[in-house]
Amino acid sequence: MTTAMTTEPQLLEVSLGPQHPSTHGVFRMNAVLDGETIVKLKPVMGYLHRNHEQIGEHITYIASFPFTDRLDYFSAMSNNLGLAIAIEKLGGIQASERGEYLRVIMAELTRLVNHTAVTGFLLNDMGAFGTPLLYAFREREKILDLFEAASGSRMMCNYVRPGGVREDVPEQWLDRCRALVGAYPRFLDEFEKLLTANEIVRQRTQGVGILKKELAVNASVTGPLLRASGVNYDIRKVDGYSIYPRFEFKVPLGTVGDVYDRYYVRILEMRESLKILQQALKEIPGGPAISPKGMAMGKAPRTFRPPKGEAYGRIEAPKGELGFFLVSDGSPQPYRYHVRAPSFVNLTILEDMCLGRKVADTIIILGSIDIVLGEVDR
Amino acid sequence: MIIGGGVLQGLGVTFKTFLETYPWGRGLLRLLRIPAANGLVTVEYPDVKQQHHERFRVFPFLVYDGTPENLRCVSCKICEVECPPQCIHIVGPAKDEQGRPLKAYGRTYPVKFDIDMSICMSCRICVDVCPFDAIEMDNEYELSAQERFSKLIFNQKRLLKSNEYFQQIKPTEAAEVDARLAAKAAKAAPKPAEPPPA
Repeated sequence: MTTAMTTEPQLLEVSLGPQHPSTHGVFRMNAVLDGETIVKLKPVMGYLHRNHEQIGEHITYIASFPFTDRLDYFSAMSNNLGLAIAIEKLGGIQASERGEYLRVIMAELTRLVNHTAVTGFLLNDMGAFGTPLLYAFREREKILDLFEAASGSRMMCNYVRPGGVREDVPEQWLDRCRALVGAYPRFLDEFEKLLTANEIVRQRTQGVGILKKELAVNASVTGPLLRASGVNYDIRKVDGYSIYPRFEFKVPLGTVGDVYDRYYVRILEMRESLKILQQALKEIPGGPAISPKGMAMGKAPRTFRPPKGEAYGRIEAPKGELGFFLVSDGSPQPYRYHVRAPSFVNLTILEDMCLGRKVADTIIILGSIDIVLGEVDR
Repeated sequence: MIIGGGVLQGLGVTFKTFLETYPWGRGLLRLLRIPAANGLVTVEYPDVKQQHHERFRVFPFLVYDGTPENLRCVSCKICEVECPPQCIHIVGPAKDEQGRPLKAYGRTYPVKFDIDMSICMSCRICVDVCPFDAIEMDNEYELSAQERFSKLIFNQKRLLKSNEYFQQIKPTEAAEVDARLAAKAAKAAPKPAEPPPA
């Protein structure tokens, strides 16, 4: 049997992933290619599904915290904070003053960790193997050291609790944090010197994967991805949760909405985070790190039975709006526990950004969305 | 700006970082009055080990005072219930033939206390919920093994470690726990001195 030779153009179906180093974990893209150009692209998710929500409905509210660490494993502290805020709304718990400050410090340090690492990974996807990623990881490690000193674990912190933080930071910790915050702008300057003006980076990223304002809003995209498209929406500003209204900071916005803008918005956001950190470290008061109600809840999780009702706590996680929806039926376990994961929602517009681009662009567009599969699949 | 200027600038950063990783390079940078950080940030792991922080936690262990028979655990099973991944398995408290709980050092004790370390996720919730400060977090981390069931399910004997060990690895936390236990003992002590109600 001979294959009929044809001069008709044929489309090629390629399965990118699930085991491919550029897909940031076990994510699969079913792409239809016309030569090198993407004609159709379908994201396939669920390879890392771990029943997070179902598990959360069978254990106490406190016991869900270590599982939230494993959602977006680059920013465990923010995930803890999101759940803590939802539980506080549900149970009417007031956080202690020092606890609030420590939580904001941790959340902003997490933003530094995440944005630094994701920029490194983005450059790795572009083919700059090693150098920017290792520079990023060198700095990330310094912050993870601080996390270890405070919580006992580098990544799976399990530190923030309803009512404050699990235990106060050790002695000298705040001074070490001040030193780190003081030295960080120098690293950012160096990092920008390496990348921002680099012609290769610009050629590779400018005009690639443009996301229009309207589409971004309609697809309920959040986080740096939305702000790079020029929409001024930061939950720290619009919702003002925790003590963020007390701090002065700007919301950096992009103009074009391409991969370069997303990279640059993240760099600028890190600079704003440093401003918040400086203010928080200056103003942090003494006193207990956790309110008495939160302490009692941590010691005996089964005594916490919130009244019947529901609550939605949301925060500006490094990747976007991270929301926890809890429904209580008056028992120690939540009746319904739902996570609104930012990278899952942001991933839905992948096809719109990739159509008409080359395969190599798809990889960096995916890198610029900043996904962590632990959170996408839950 | 000339075309390629950005690339050259970036290469300058790379070259500076390269120099920072050598003592002579740092000396050279200082000579040129360029601020230089110590570029060496990694350690050669199996030969050199990193100093961990006091709160560094890996897996839980059981604390005993003096002899291993005098363990603080009373087999109340709170940690077993609260453990998020359900990795603790307790049989007890120990009972005699009539079904009355046996006591050693004035408290009940478990017959069997196993933790499956291949499931444990080091979250520290068992430590937080324990009312007797009987379980604490260890910082021993080189525990990889070939077999799961014989090596990674830690039995009571493997889990028991002395309070002195705890004081050694976590001095601040151990001091707090000791103070709390001493206060509790002082509160409980006067009770036997009171005449029993007739």
